[in-house]
Amino acid sequence: MRDKSLLKEDTDRVDGFDKVTGRAKYFAEYQIPGTTYGVLVPSTITKGKITGIDSKAAERAPGVLAVVSHLNRPVVAGYETGKDQGVPNNMMKIFYTDQISFNGQPIAMVVADTYERAVYAATLVKGTYAKEAFETDFEKNLSKAKAPKNPAQASYLRGTADAYKNAAVQIEASYTLPTETHNPMELHGILANWESADKITVYAKTQGVKATQGTIASTFKLPLTNVQVNSEFVGGGFGMALRTWPLEIAAIIAAKQVNKPVKLVITRDQMFTLAGHRPYAFQKVGLGADKDGQLTGITHEAWGHTATYEDFTENVVSMSKFMYNSANVNTTYKIVPLNVGVPIWMRGPGEATGAFALESAMDEMAHSLDMDPIAFRVKNYTEEDPEKSRPYSSKNLKEAYKMGAEKIGWSKRNNKPGTNKDGNWLVGYGMSTGVFNASRGRASAKGILKSDGTLLLQSAASDIGPGTGTGMVQIAHEVLGIPVSKITFELGDSSFPTAPSQGGSATLSTVGSAVSDVCNALKAKIAEMATQSGLSASAKFVDVLKKNNLPSVEVTMESKGGEEQKKYSMYSFSIHFVQVKVNPLTGVVKVSKIVSVGDSGRIVSPKTARSQMVGGAVGGLGMALTEETVMDHRFGRYVNNNFADYHVPVHADIPEIEVVFVNKPDPYINPMGAKGMGEIALIGFSAAVANAVFNATGKRIRTLPITPDKILA
Amino acid sequence: MSVKEENIPENEGRRDFLKQGTLFTALALTPVSLLKAADQKADEKFAELFEKVSLRIKVNGKAHELFVEPRVTLLDLLREQLALTGTKKGCDHGQCGACTVHIDGTRVNSCLQLAVMNEGKEITTIEGLANEDVLHPMQAAFIKHDGFQCGYCTPGQIMSAVACVREGHAGSKGEIREYMSGNICRCGAYPNIVDAIEEVHKSGVQV
Repeated sequence: MRDKSLLKEDTDRVDGFDKVTGRAKYFAEYQIPGTTYGVLVPSTITKGKITGIDSKAAERAPGVLAVVSHLNRPVVAGYETGKDQGVPNNMMKIFYTDQISFNGQPIAMVVADTYERAVYAATLVKGTYAKEAFETDFEKNLSKAKAPKNPAQASYLRGTADAYKNAAVQIEASYTLPTETHNPMELHGILANWESADKITVYAKTQGVKATQGTIASTFKLPLTNVQVNSEFVGGGFGMALRTWPLEIAAIIAAKQVNKPVKLVITRDQMFTLAGHRPYAFQKVGLGADKDGQLTGITHEAWGHTATYEDFTENVVSMSKFMYNSANVNTTYKIVPLNVGVPIWMRGPGEATGAFALESAMDEMAHSLDMDPIAFRVKNYTEEDPEKSRPYSSKNLKEAYKMGAEKIGWSKRNNKPGTNKDGNWLVGYGMSTGVFNASRGRASAKGILKSDGTLLLQSAASDIGPGTGTGMVQIAHEVLGIPVSKITFELGDSSFPTAPSQGGSATLSTVGSAVSDVCNALKAKIAEMATQSGLSASAKFVDVLKKNNLPSVEVTMESKGGEEQKKYSMYSFSIHFVQVKVNPLTGVVKVSKIVSVGDSGRIVSPKTARSQMVGGAVGGLGMALTEETVMDHRFGRYVNNNFADYHVPVHADIPEIEVVFVNKPDPYINPMGAKGMGEIALIGFSAAVANAVFNATGKRIRTLPITPDKILA
Repeated sequence: MSVKEENIPENEGRRDFLKQGTLFTALALTPVSLLKAADQKADEKFAELFEKVSLRIKVNGKAHELFVEPRVTLLDLLREQLALTGTKKGCDHGQCGACTVHIDGTRVNSCLQLAVMNEGKEITTIEGLANEDVLHPMQAAFIKHDGFQCGYCTPGQIMSAVACVREGHAGSKGEIREYMSGNICRCGAYPNIVDAIEEVHKSGVQV
């Protein structure tokens, strides 16, 4: 943001200059004199008790300042609650007891004066354990599934349960999604610096500076104002930075112990064990329809894993309740506790898991009915939300289906699978729908108009990459007419006015509304000052400030939605179209063309919005074809915990991606008429690929990822 | 005089070793002063002389005369000792490309290089690609085509992209995709990155 004059277009990213020059600073890159380095020592067992930690050799190693563990850690005020677990957000208390709940759980942290010395000394720490039997195999433990305590996850029934079983046309199928790992490019960690005994500053990798501030404050029982969290740039999150992880608390504890700043950057393999993942999921879907293709029953049952020490839940079956017109719907969702680190929402979260099953099943039903998959969806289109019996704030999916079908060349698709060829390759077309709650929460922002003609906006929002600052600057520009190059939006600082975490596709809607409200208030204030000082109400703010001899004028406001949130169901929608080529000899699947259509209200920042849809398609392609975190159940360890063996898409995997937006403002959700897009960009995508593979080959793959062995099996 | 490996008790730290070792005896230190030296961490300062080696290296045109441990990677030297944090650590295993720099003009994963392997060499990082406040054509093209989101892989992508064009591997989108596949972007900006590289290549501008 230092030199916006270098930006060629108003729609360029406001932080583009910093990002392409290497000036953007991520948490591990702040220079604090005297910084020491922390390295975690992982448990080598999966369940049991620590019987001893031999840290003598490590303590004697050069440059080592401390080996911190449950045996010697300083007092952590929030730990002394009398409960075994249950510091803020029910988080595992690190270095608290001798209990081990998953493989790789940190048993100690070595702190040394250089990174290399800390890495070496960590290899010298030897833990001894009393091992206990553990469970990491999801499918073997399905019978231990339990209903989550969260009432939002309760079973749902509309009409008659399992009505599909009485339908003229029925399909019943099971779908499996393996564990996936977020793997943002930036490694997780924290840089912790106690300024005094009860005051701390951290540089964090977080999707919510206020959330991180709250967790640290309650864990160490500090006043909020004594915890400063900075997180201006975040190198990707995809959900994994939506909470403060125990490893961050470990670094803060260690910093207290050595009384020096501690920097912890975990390793790529630790990203698989200590910073969450998308849980393994098993789903059963039953669909019933009459001969004309009218759905008469939807049954959707889902199971996902969680940790033994904490419950994680997400919305896997929600889409089945309202997406299609069926008088009878029943859903259940259960969780299976395993000896793994606790999962966390991963882009699209549960909705993406659920959409893979429902949208695959919809394709299977269309095939059974010998109907075009789009025609089948249009036949069961809902004009109002059948779950909550109220209208949608806006929904333009019929138009979106047409737009996408035309772009991908849907007319070239043959409804009969396995009949379209290009040389030795089988060609298939597939589509799917995605949907995610479009919410507007509560946020505050500060706006300062200055006599030099600039506007400074501040809010404690976060940006993991979608272009938050760029969107906010454009919203302010639209309200005040100030050139984009004269507007700065600052975020990632816990001392700014409160904003929610960046998750659930809500930032643009929530923080954007606050920015819009603040700018409108500034506009009104300037107009009032103008009139009072004898200027025209439409006088320029610079002239008004000068006339009043003021260097600046500022407004801080909170903004939130009103009654409209109860009157309407608000959702963002997407449709994904893919063309695949499948080699019948090798089983290789190449996605050769992608068209993603977004129906998410008005598009505020076209360039970054397009990129977000492109990125979701790339993530969805990984989910469909390559991503799987593989556990060796003999040891309870992940075997492919690196980028060579956990395959995220690379350049060579990605074809041209066309993005189309319906771009019609939602009349109710917020002042901009804009709905969130981060999740819908990915939700449903994997089903579009599976459906295209079926269209190409006649093979229905119900277990992701769709690897060549499954095509050839 | 040589110090044999078997003289060092397993898992014992250097301080114990130095306290017992023949090295100090040879230097005519009495046991008392030796223990005192150990307490004051003089042993570590002394050991540094043996542990570190000199390294002359040019980074972004600036000559450095350094004294580094042989186990320090080029990536960690740049980030932790020279405060050049534009080069990113994404995996430390040469699997993601976030740490790509140019060594004497060739693109290399700096996490797979020990710093001391680069005696006399010239390193270019993202900070040295352009002059102050004037963007390199590839940097400008990345902004124009929005070739990034979070920005973390971006310096590596750009260093790799510049090399890709210089190598003559930017002749088509397919070729660019192949020769850029060592640089992972988890945000999924790939099509935009390819567009940026293709445009720079087609413009014929000197990179």
